[in-house]
This record gives sequence, C-alpha cells and structure tokens, in this order.
Amino acid sequence: MNPITIIDYGLSNLLSVQRAFEHFGAAVKLARSPDEVFAAKALVLPGVGAFRDGMQGLRKLDLVEPIRQKAAQGTPLLGICLGMQMLFEESEEFGRWEGLGLIPGRVVRIPDTDAEGRAQRVPQVGWNRLLPAGGKQDFDRSLLEGIRRGEEVYFVHSYEAKPTNPADLLAVTVYGGRRICAVARRGSVTGCQFHPEKSGRVGLNVIRALIEAAG
Amino acid sequence: MADKIRLIARLEVKNDYLVKGIQLEGLRKLGDPHDFAKEYYEAGIDEILYLDIVASLYNRNNLSHILRRTTEDIFIPITVGGGLRTLEDVHAVLAQGADKVAINTAAIKNPELITQVAQAYGSQCMVLSIQAKRRRDAEGWEAYYDNGREHSGLDVVTWARRGVALGAGEILLTSVDREGLGRGMEDELIRQVADAVPVPVIAAGGAGSAGDIAAAAKAGAAAVALSSLLHYRRTSVGELKQALIGQGVEVRR
Repeated sequence: MNPITIIDYGLSNLLSVQRAFEHFGAAVKLARSPDEVFAAKALVLPGVGAFRDGMQGLRKLDLVEPIRQKAAQGTPLLGICLGMQMLFEESEEFGRWEGLGLIPGRVVRIPDTDAEGRAQRVPQVGWNRLLPAGGKQDFDRSLLEGIRRGEEVYFVHSYEAKPTNPADLLAVTVYGGRRICAVARRGSVTGCQFHPEKSGRVGLNVIRALIEAAG
Repeated sequence: MADKIRLIARLEVKNDYLVKGIQLEGLRKLGDPHDFAKEYYEAGIDEILYLDIVASLYNRNNLSHILRRTTEDIFIPITVGGGLRTLEDVHAVLAQGADKVAINTAAIKNPELITQVAQAYGSQCMVLSIQAKRRRDAEGWEAYYDNGREHSGLDVVTWARRGVALGAGEILLTSVDREGLGRGMEDELIRQVADAVPVPVIAAGGAGSAGDIAAAAKAGAAAVALSSLLHYRRTSVGELKQALIGQGVEVRR
C-alpha cells in the first residue's frame, strides 16, 4: 500500500483527514516542500478558510507548480472543501484570486436567496444528498464508486465551484432549490466540496478509493 | 429541500467518565465516553457533542485524550464544550480534532469571545450554549452558567439574539428544568428562541421519545441533543430514526 501525501500549507486542520486514511491502514506523509509533493503517489489538498489565504500558503511553499505537474502526470489528487475550490481557475472570494487551474471554472458565493427568492442561510452547514451529474447515472469508475445516489455527506461552505465543462461535474447536491457542485473531476484530479473525513461511512468510501488509486 | 432534524449525541464527561445527572445535578457514572460515542456513530448519529462538565470549575478543558481517540475511529462532526475561556483554548481543541466549540460561561462573562471565535474560525464553528431556567417570578427564561449553578440575569431570548449578532452560528439551548427527566422538551422555549434567531437551534433537555423530538422539530429545533434516552439504552439511534420517519419527521438515512 503506497502512502498518501497530505499537503500541509499551514492553513487547515489535517488531523481528521490524516486519521481517516490511517483508519484504513494507509501511511500518511505530510508535504511542505516541492520535493515531498514530487515524491507523492497520491496527493490530498485539504483546507478550511479563505481562498486567498490558501493560495498564498501554497505559493509561499512553492507548491503551486509541483501540484500542477503532478496532476499533469496523472497522479491521483483529491481536494477537500477549500482544497477542492483551489483546483479551479479563480475565485471571487474577497476580490479575484487565481487558483491552481486544474479544472476549468470559477468559485462564486452561494446566493443569499433560494431558487424562489426567499432568504437562505449561507454557509450551507449540514448533511445533504449526493446526486450524479454531468450526464452520469451513477458514480462508477470515480472516487465515489460504491456510493449510492442520494446518500448524504457533510458540507460546510459559503462558496461554490462552477465547472465550465459539464463533463467535469461528477456529483451535485441541492441547496435552496439550486444544484451546487458537490464533486468535480477531471482526469486524475477530484475535488469534494463536502468533507469525506466527517461524512461517516459514505465519506470513508472516498478515502478508501483514493488509497486504492494510490496503488 | 425539506429540513431534516439532526440527531446529536450529547456526552457529558467528568474525569474521563461519561456521566449523567438530572437537572445537571446528581451525576451518575455510566462508562467510557468513547465506547458510547463509537456505538452511536456506527448506528448513524449525525454529530457528537462532548461537554467537559467540571472544566469550568478548574478553568480548563480536559477532553484531549478522549478527542484523540475520537479522531481515530469516529468520522462525523464533533463539538466540544466546557471550560473554553480564550481563543487559545478554542484553537487547542480544534487542533485536537474538534470541528466546533460550544461556549457558555466565557461567552456570558466576555461576549467578545463569540466574535473572536467567529472571526478566527467562521461562525459555523461557534456554538453558543445557553442553559435556560424558567423564571419563578416573571415570564420567560433566564440564562445560567457554571453548569446551571450561577444565574446571569440575562433573558434567554435576548441573549440568543445578541449572541447571534456577535457571531454565533448555532445555539445549543438546554432546558435545565427538563434536563435528565425524559418527560418532554420545553417546546415553548424552543419556539421563542428559534423564532428570534436565523441560525439553527439545537434543543436539549427532556427528550424521552420520538414524539418529544417531533414536537421539538415542530417548535423550530434544527437539531436535538440526546443523552439519557440513548445512554440508558431506552432506545437506539436506529429505532429512533425509524420512529421519527413513521411520524413524518425527516432524518438522515
């Protein structure tokens, strides 16, 4: 079993993510340098907090190019929550900020009103359903394999990703009557807006799938 | 989306033991909190709430090794409360694997802490815990602290509203009068607080059946915190969910 490399850029609480991989017997390495990223068999980009701070954290450690190169080489990469949003080209959180650009699209604020114009709560906090999207009927041959449509996972977020290509949309959830990108995927890069490490049995499917993808 | 009621297991901890009292008094030792939490997790509980109930007497939160074990095999949101006085205390429990903090005493003594936590970690992380006792001499409820021992003079509904304005993302509302009795929740209190604030209200105190939970949901609770009902094995998480679905209350399946 290859180790899982979690990118540690100082912003997020890694412990729960790390424990979830260890739960299945995987060894976890923390990467804080380009060499550690280059050596990875599978990468996890976790994150909570603001987009700008996250990207600045990656830049300060010179990790942006190494992550891009690893993704281009086909190394499995899982972004979680803010880490998922940073996979996209740019975010409008507190201005306009450039992301990793691994999945075409942008990150925008969840509207303050629902589909019928009534005030809704932002952030979305809580359990919500995963539904196949982008023309897919199920989650086969993805990191969501084994999850059934409609199973619930745990979200905490104020911003949502909008993939440009429908084919990159793997799963949506419905909040306030609108579809929100729950999981985006392009090649070996997968981003989960929800927290697989906090979503019980369903979330652990994703953790185990990445361990398998790591070889 | 129809709102689902969240079921939260509330584990009060004293010196490494899960304890339970009645109206926050007369504590009984029930066992290892982690064993209980793990059982609830595996049965499908939505969140875990750990409260170190002696922490505020000693000015420190002592849940670190329970939290460490929790992160190893419980993978749902964890809230920690009890004795959190400063931003550093909050940072420490978050670094140990908690997702949210519940603060009562320190929020009453230093309301600015609510804002500090919300700004540093987001309002979704800051749960304002309110221990409510019905006033004997007047209408309404008063907020208590130090585990129901000290009264603040604050009206519960006013305090809840102010706490949310300061940055609280959820209210953990415990009816001290109903707590530990299992004879129903204080629905009027739940209704008044839920109507007053735009954030989720977690109702605690008195749930003895699925019917009590359904009534709290109807009164506006977004979540219910359960302790005696589960700890004394009067029902299981699975049975409870089935019963709630039977009564038309949506839960996570």
